[in-house]
Amino acid sequence: MRKNWIVYPYFGWMIAFTLIPLSLLIFFSLTTQTNQGISFSFDNFQRFFEPLYLQVLFRSLLWAGISTLFCLVLGYPSAFILANLKLKYKNTLILLLVLPMWINFLLRTYAWLTLLERRGLINTLLGHFGIQPLSLLYNDFAVILGMVYNFLPFMILPIYTVLSKINQNLLEAAGDLGASPWQCFCKVIFPLSLPGVSSGVTMVFMPAVTTFVISRLLGGGQYTLIGNLVEQQFLTVGDWNFGSAISMVMIFIILLGMSFTSRYEKTQEGGGLW
Amino acid sequence: MAASLISLVNLTKDYNGTEAIKDLNLQIKKNEFLTLLGPSGCGKTTTLRIIGGFEQPTTGEVFFDGININQLPPYKRKVNTVFQKYALFPHMNVYENIAFGLKIKKLSNSLINQKVAAMLELVALSGYEQRTITSLSGGQQQRVAIARALVNEPEVLLLDEPLGALDLQLRKEMQLELKAMQQHLGITFIFITHDQEEALTMSDTIVVMNRGLIQQVGTPEDIYNEPTNAFVASFIGESNLVEGRMLSDFQLELLGKQLPCVDSGFIPDELVDVVIRPEDLKIVEENEGVFTGNIKSTTFKGVHYEMIVSAGARDWMVHSTRARSVGMKVGLRVEASNIHIMRKAGVV
Repeated sequence: MRKNWIVYPYFGWMIAFTLIPLSLLIFFSLTTQTNQGISFSFDNFQRFFEPLYLQVLFRSLLWAGISTLFCLVLGYPSAFILANLKLKYKNTLILLLVLPMWINFLLRTYAWLTLLERRGLINTLLGHFGIQPLSLLYNDFAVILGMVYNFLPFMILPIYTVLSKINQNLLEAAGDLGASPWQCFCKVIFPLSLPGVSSGVTMVFMPAVTTFVISRLLGGGQYTLIGNLVEQQFLTVGDWNFGSAISMVMIFIILLGMSFTSRYEKTQEGGGLW
Repeated sequence: MAASLISLVNLTKDYNGTEAIKDLNLQIKKNEFLTLLGPSGCGKTTTLRIIGGFEQPTTGEVFFDGININQLPPYKRKVNTVFQKYALFPHMNVYENIAFGLKIKKLSNSLINQKVAAMLELVALSGYEQRTITSLSGGQQQRVAIARALVNEPEVLLLDEPLGALDLQLRKEMQLELKAMQQHLGITFIFITHDQEEALTMSDTIVVMNRGLIQQVGTPEDIYNEPTNAFVASFIGESNLVEGRMLSDFQLELLGKQLPCVDSGFIPDELVDVVIRPEDLKIVEENEGVFTGNIKSTTFKGVHYEMIVSAGARDWMVHSTRARSVGMKVGLRVEASNIHIMRKAGVV
């Protein structure tokens, strides 16, 4: 097909902000800077496989996994209820769900600081009931809470979309064939909603693995996740080569995850993100 | 009279102030092929959905084998449905779709295999077990939908315009196949259609509905030959509908002409609707006809010619195997027994 001039700005954008940075990332990750100059090596990648860094990777994956699980457990029923609501309530609730996403991500995370603080809102409230202040902040609980809070809408929305697209006739057909409402859910609704679940899991797990703001703010800097590691290498340590190598590993993990989930989205209609 | 399997008593259904069904009473016998026939929006689908349990009647009762089933959810009813758009499960293959109901009933795998195989044979789809639903043609999907419902051995099969999406050829085939299946299996079929020809071909009993009211219940012959009102007459087949006046028993005045007829029991001078089927009008020599006029158009329809004859200040549709040329002066005649006289609608 003949190329149209209208796509050139997009090409320009892609080259400037995706292609060039990615090439630089690959270049830095495969080189080391010595006094003699720049030389190619896999040292940066080798270094990543030291136990110290593998532990960071493991923790990142584990916490992102736990967050995703919580999002799924909270998000699926919410999406289900939302999809079965009457239209007039539906739109209001979706608005309420999306509303926080219009507020800056950092601000929302900062807001949790004041809620979870030792003299924050929650502890003050508990104090009125004579409960000793709990340490809610700067621990793994706070970090996972922050992830779940921030990424929950990304779980609910794709599941909601898929659920509301399920043909009501199919549910009637299942009932007609003798399936109780619960059997109907297990055998028809849930299997048909899997593409949405897969999108939701991708949309939550990917940013959760790579986040560094949440772990920094709510974890108080004592938990290093892979995102923090990259940030440190670039901004504090100044080792761009190692930072690039870690980024490459992260990109690889993300692509791996996507190759699993997008399989669903291609075979079945709807709920796909790309 | 055979005991009725399903009784609908004083059924009404109201959708936010719109009455879909108004005081409907209907008896459905065992092993009957009953068709609900009517234009869209006549309440036939609502009636079917109430029998299936997908809708609750606003008032009235549904009896199955003498027991009130108003409160029984669909999955506990002994009826199965073939849905208008088939509603096959897209995430299952043909085998899994048909086996769905049997798996719910927790039958043994070998029994399920056996029953599904028998069903596939009945609908002529043996060997299609592993096919996905999307890879099937419309007609094949339709057969799977029928198999999926029939495999549960329901006492009543509800069919909601199941042939609507098929092309004419396949439709005719499926009509005969469905009728054969029904006779072979001895199951009550409740069939919905807006196609009068389909209804006439397949049914034991036809229920003609319009605007939520039953217009007439009868055998296809009854409905065709003795329509009770102008709506039934015009809905069942093409016809000439004229207003007339009963002068006395067996005497009708039609467009200023007096005609003998076979109907009686009307008030003298009562205004009536008169139906004359196009095939019952005979084209004769000009001086032999009751009405005279000329041929306005002639269309070849395959078996017959359809001619419009302008006579007695109106146009008549006439079917004849012999064509007449346009503009020709002709006479029209009709046998007394082919004049169908009905009371005005609303008096029924």
